[in-house]
Amino acid sequence: MLEVSDLRLIRDGKAILNDLNLRVERGEIHGLLGVNGTGKTTLANIIMGLAAPAGGRILFEGEDITRLPVWQRAKRGITLAWQEPARFEGLTVRDYLQLNGRADPAELEENLASVGLPPGQYLDRFVDSTLSGGERKRIELASVMSVKPKLAILDEPDSGIDMVSLPHIMNGITQMVKGGSSVLLITHNDSGAEIADRVSVICAGKIIKSGSPKEVSQWFKSNCRVCLTPGMPREGV
Amino acid sequence: MVVKEYEALLQAYGRAGGDNQALENSEVGNLLIHGNKVLKANQVKGLKVETEEFASGVKVHFLVERGARIKHPVHLCFGLLPQEGLQEIIMQVKAEEESKVNVLAHCIFPSAVKVIHKMDAELEIGPGAEFNYRETHYHGEFGGIEVIPKAKIRIAERGVWSSNFTLIQGLVGKLDYDFEASCEEKAVAELLLKAYGKNNDELKVWERIHLNGRESRGLAKSRLVLSDRAKAEVRGETYGNAPLARGHVDCLEIVNGDEALASAIPVVQVRNKQAKVTHEAAIGSLDKKQIQTLMARGLEEAEAIDVIVSGILRG
Repeated sequence: MLEVSDLRLIRDGKAILNDLNLRVERGEIHGLLGVNGTGKTTLANIIMGLAAPAGGRILFEGEDITRLPVWQRAKRGITLAWQEPARFEGLTVRDYLQLNGRADPAELEENLASVGLPPGQYLDRFVDSTLSGGERKRIELASVMSVKPKLAILDEPDSGIDMVSLPHIMNGITQMVKGGSSVLLITHNDSGAEIADRVSVICAGKIIKSGSPKEVSQWFKSNCRVCLTPGMPREGV
Repeated sequence: MVVKEYEALLQAYGRAGGDNQALENSEVGNLLIHGNKVLKANQVKGLKVETEEFASGVKVHFLVERGARIKHPVHLCFGLLPQEGLQEIIMQVKAEEESKVNVLAHCIFPSAVKVIHKMDAELEIGPGAEFNYRETHYHGEFGGIEVIPKAKIRIAERGVWSSNFTLIQGLVGKLDYDFEASCEEKAVAELLLKAYGKNNDELKVWERIHLNGRESRGLAKSRLVLSDRAKAEVRGETYGNAPLARGHVDCLEIVNGDEALASAIPVVQVRNKQAKVTHEAAIGSLDKKQIQTLMARGLEEAEAIDVIVSGILRG
């Protein structure tokens, strides 16, 4: 479904993405593990069209979308949930969940319930600073579900989340996949990758390992968690 | 002629979002003024409305009687349908002790090319009384109007004043808004203004709250969006003069035009060591992340901006 080839981004002479290659298959949750500063969010932004790469190509369902603007990628079925979602004065949760009108009222309620938020208590609240961080992230996920994406890029949906909210976030992601979406799940938390079908590790702007969640998570713990030179993979890794 | 004006104003009122049925309902207090003519005035139990017409406008005495809890919102409609003219509304408002009323005012100038609308209001909110006032303007697309609303609001102990002035439909023209509230002990004043300046609109906004009574509270809040060459200056002032008084000034101005100009002058002053007044003012362009978020849901940039602006200016 998504094929990223030789993606490259250089800032201030430093390669943020370094000929990165990644495939996300239809219907899978693909976990992307990496410690801070390895290029995870940059990759998410480039796939969504928020930043332009210096080189490389992004194919989505066989179409080259490398130069398409954000909204055209969204029209083709890609969406992104930010690590720190924006807040909107005067916009209700109901408004926010039906921005593109793809979900009917019953589905909006189901999506909120999937992330553990009672619709009756939340639909008429504003998506503003009155929401806690956990509430805002769960609403972001419900919003992503409501646009029925073919590919959802979730940038660290598990970061900064309390223990109560985390299972709701994970439930929302699995519900979304059951509904037909594919997910690129970006995280630096190896336990967050447990729900993935496949996991890749990113370091220094390139994918250095891919495989099953169990195998790759263990490898990540053994290598990346103890790495003294993050962003500079050792020889042979 | 009066019947014709009445029907025309009623139609314009409906188009501007007014509730026509409320103007026909005998259980709903209302007042309909075109230019200097009172076309309709309906009193309900606990509410007395007296009017005096003069050459350029109407003087209105509005009384909510002691202890009266007015069930339905009172509907006011002030308008001028011709392209030119002057309308002055002089309001004397008194909400007596422990009364409560919600007032919805619509000010309608759909064809204004050279129109001046002035409102001078003196309001007395009695002890424990609650007065909620919402004023919505509809100005048409010509921008030839000057709106000068001025209100002095005195709120007695435990009284509550809440106003919401909205000018987002049509062109503003020139706005010179000046609302000043004084609060006695445990009284509350909330002043909110929302306006959308476009083309060559000029907006001057002045909100003042004097927290003179112990434990009084005040909020002076404004939300403005400026496109094209619109200009705005917002002064939000709150004075904490009494023990445990709490006030806040909150101004947000969005500049969404290459030649638009926004300025904010928050003034917070405290004269009592137990009082506290805070302020926040943000002026700038629309938040890029908000726009990108909405575009990632499939909205084009212009649509995303509309959604964000509508939210900020939501009534």
